[in-house]
Amino acid sequence: MDSEIGLRVDGTPRRLTVDTRTTLLDALRERLGVTSPKKGCDHGQCGACTVLVDGRRVLSCLTLAVARDGAEVVTAEGLAPDGELHPVQRAFIDRDAFQCGYCTPGQVVSAVGMLDELDRGWPSAATGTGEPELDDAEIAERMSGNLCRCAAYANIVPAVREAGR
Amino acid sequence: MRPFTYQAPADAASAVRAVTRDPTAVFLGGGTNLVDHLKLGILDPGLVVDVTGLASVEITDLGGGALRVGAGVPNSDLAADPLVRERFPVLSQALLAGASGQLRNMATTGGNPLQRTRCVYFQDVTTPCNKREPGSGCSAIGGWTRNHAILGASAHCIATHPSDLAVALAALDAEVRVLGQDGERVIPFTDLHRLPGDHPEHDTVLGHGDLITAIDLPARPIARRSAYRKVRDRASYAFALVSVAAAVEVDGGVVRDARIAFGGVAHKPWRAYRAEEALRGATAADDSYRAAADAELADAVAQDGLDGGNAFKIPLLRRTLVATLRDLAREDA
Ligand SMILES: Cc1cc2nc3c(=O)[nH]c(=O)nc-3n(C[C@H](O)[C@H](O)[C@H](O)COP(=O)(O)OP(=O)(O)OC[C@H]3O[C@@H](n4cnc5c(N)ncnc54)[C@H](O)[C@@H]3O)c2cc1C
Ligand code: SF4
Ligand code: FES
Ligand code: FES
Repeated sequence: MDSEIGLRVDGTPRRLTVDTRTTLLDALRERLGVTSPKKGCDHGQCGACTVLVDGRRVLSCLTLAVARDGAEVVTAEGLAPDGELHPVQRAFIDRDAFQCGYCTPGQVVSAVGMLDELDRGWPSAATGTGEPELDDAEIAERMSGNLCRCAAYANIVPAVREAGR
Repeated sequence: MRPFTYQAPADAASAVRAVTRDPTAVFLGGGTNLVDHLKLGILDPGLVVDVTGLASVEITDLGGGALRVGAGVPNSDLAADPLVRERFPVLSQALLAGASGQLRNMATTGGNPLQRTRCVYFQDVTTPCNKREPGSGCSAIGGWTRNHAILGASAHCIATHPSDLAVALAALDAEVRVLGQDGERVIPFTDLHRLPGDHPEHDTVLGHGDLITAIDLPARPIARRSAYRKVRDRASYAFALVSVAAAVEVDGGVVRDARIAFGGVAHKPWRAYRAEEALRGATAADDSYRAAADAELADAVAQDGLDGGNAFKIPLLRRTLVATLRDLAREDA
């Protein structure tokens, strides 16, 4: 069943008609040609499809597009609107935090959302009783929803640490 | 996936009416379990009723130490709430031990306890499963049983409930506020989930069209010293093999009171009443904690399986309980 929705994607208002079964990931990739969010597993298990919806990192493969009518969506592309790289993107390049790059847009968006959560003082399972600090254990725990099949973790963790400074 | 109609009603009563009227209708929360099930073909609804726009996203201080958590509060916000962390640390810890940052941002307080089992046969529509298709048989019995039950299983289903949040809520004597076609009612959280018995197709006592509107946390001073400990196959982003939610009050080297629940070992979050009973008045020492674990696990039954079965869960759960109680009692000393 078709439904008309509006989304603001990487700063640009878009209107489209979607079947109610369409996920936000498929709407972005197949309908709007925004291909930076990747389809890794399509079941919420890998994080490759991570985008920011109204400022929060979420999995676009488990989001129904029709349920996000009116939302503000930011993908990895939208983090560098005028070609000026976001500090997280810069750090991933400086630290060589990828091999094939398939998981990278999801990693980058997830790190941006995660650093914002940290700024708000949100705890994680790696946080003791005090205020959370961006050490390696915190980064590994907070980024655990983003798998890297190339296992570039050894460089992803320093990249996130650097971007978070 | 069969085409479905999507609705986002403005109020809870309309949502309940819409789902009650249509036997194929389902509520949509954060969608992290439901959308997966649509893709896997486990569910085939004609109508999806989104309740995220109408569900309360408030955490209300009810006074005297009690809190009300709206069904729409995302798992991440609940875990980070200062009052929750101060009064019910076990609840925050259980949430943070589950899923991932992205999933916790999406998942809701109402949807999390109603997520369905991660039994691989339940998720694979090509295999028999009594929970998915009553009467078809249980593929897990004698199959892959590492993630299956050691307590309260039946000959028809040996699945476990996967929620970490639910384990903490069971230990905290939480109450579920439900709106149904006949009005509002309150269900003790420990009565929400069922054991499989002859009807594993029913995870809970909720009827079709029953909407969770909020979860209440009664004042429990004991919960200020509480913790959640989860054991899993990788360090993060994995479901529990076993888990323990516990709160203890120790005074003068003696356990005065305890609240304990287990996860990953039964069809429901397993409130360990026998262990609690064994602990009251006992010396705060490992021997007492082991005796409490033994009291609760006296009826535990391991499953054989192609993967070597799940007998390891019995000693693992015993040790996890002992370690959790030891840490808590030390803090309390
Ligand atoms: C890869 C992965 C790993 C995960 N790991 C963990 C983990 O380690 N620990 C853990 O606890 N969980 C884990 N989860 C599960 C996740 O926590 C749940 O899917 C989530 O909490 C469900 O909440 P939701 O709001 O998204 O529910 P939905 O998916 O929207 O709904 C779930 C069910 O509840 C019903 N429902 C929703 N809201 C209401 C309401 N208000 N009243 C009545 N019925 C309602 C729906 O109809 C549906 O049947 C994981 C999930 C994934 C995909
Ligand atoms: S254990 Fe339960 S859910 Fe798993 S196959 Fe058997 S009946 Fe189905
Ligand atoms: S594609 Fe969404 S989590 Fe893997
Ligand atoms: S860089 Fe290849 S999957 Fe991460």
